[in-house]
Amino acid sequence: MDSGDHQVDCSETIGRIYHFLDGELTEERRQEIQRHLDECPPCVEAYDFEAELRHLVANRCRDHVPPSLLERVRAALEQEQRRSPEAMPGSG
Amino acid sequence: MRGVADQADFSDVAMEHMPALYSAALRLTRNPADAEDLVQETFLKAYRAFGSFQEGTNLRAWLYKILTNTFINNYRAAKRRPEKADVEDVEDLYLFRRLGELQAGAAGRSAEEEVFDRFTDDEVKAAIESLPEAFRIAVLLADVEGFSYKEIAEITDVPIGTVMSRIHRGRKALQKALLDFAVARGLVGSADTGR
Repeated sequence: MDSGDHQVDCSETIGRIYHFLDGELTEERRQEIQRHLDECPPCVEAYDFEAELRHLVANRCRDHVPPSLLERVRAALEQEQRRSPEAMPGSG
Repeated sequence: MRGVADQADFSDVAMEHMPALYSAALRLTRNPADAEDLVQETFLKAYRAFGSFQEGTNLRAWLYKILTNTFINNYRAAKRRPEKADVEDVEDLYLFRRLGELQAGAAGRSAEEEVFDRFTDDEVKAAIESLPEAFRIAVLLADVEGFSYKEIAEITDVPIGTVMSRIHRGRKALQKALLDFAVARGLVGSADTGR
């Protein structure tokens, strides 16, 4: 509608690239950046890199929960339940 | 009381978050024994306080708030002053640009991304764990857990502007740490040795 008149340049796009990736821009701003990315291969390249990097960080930081920890926590919660039975409504 | 969570439901709804909470605990404490203790304490505290948890609000964010607070209060080493992330010389797109320079000979637009595949999980984890605490927490919550700025502000009890600044600086420090790993392991050529 009225958002078409503002053209963002490369430096503005790069300056907002992280907020864009984070989904933290207003819809109007997001569309401005998207329009620039649609027309600017160098900015898209930078954007793709940052998106890939975000993916790397999110996916390489998963650790396997040791079964002993799961057991420990379950046991601790059961003990806690027995300690305060009034918190339990009726029987389970 | 209506709207308030029933303690009997706690295990059903909370246990599924344990893998993510355990991973976050490992990044925070940087050792498995402390991470396990931190997770157990988080679940116990959450169970005891579950009566005050409002159903329909964000359980995951609530659990991370307890985890983060417990870590800050009980596990981190005593510090005289807040740590700083020394990133004055790190510009936006730091890693992208440095890798682009170091790989100038390697044609193909995905040459930089290919470096990502060669990082081991342990290297990525170590890069995050190398960040100063406040920045590590912000980057973990944003980039690994995908919380919004507003959620992170609520979890860590700091203004949203501070959250944004910590995420921004933390990411720069992370990019620097990753580049150091890449160069040290010879994943990319070093600019000055030409090896």
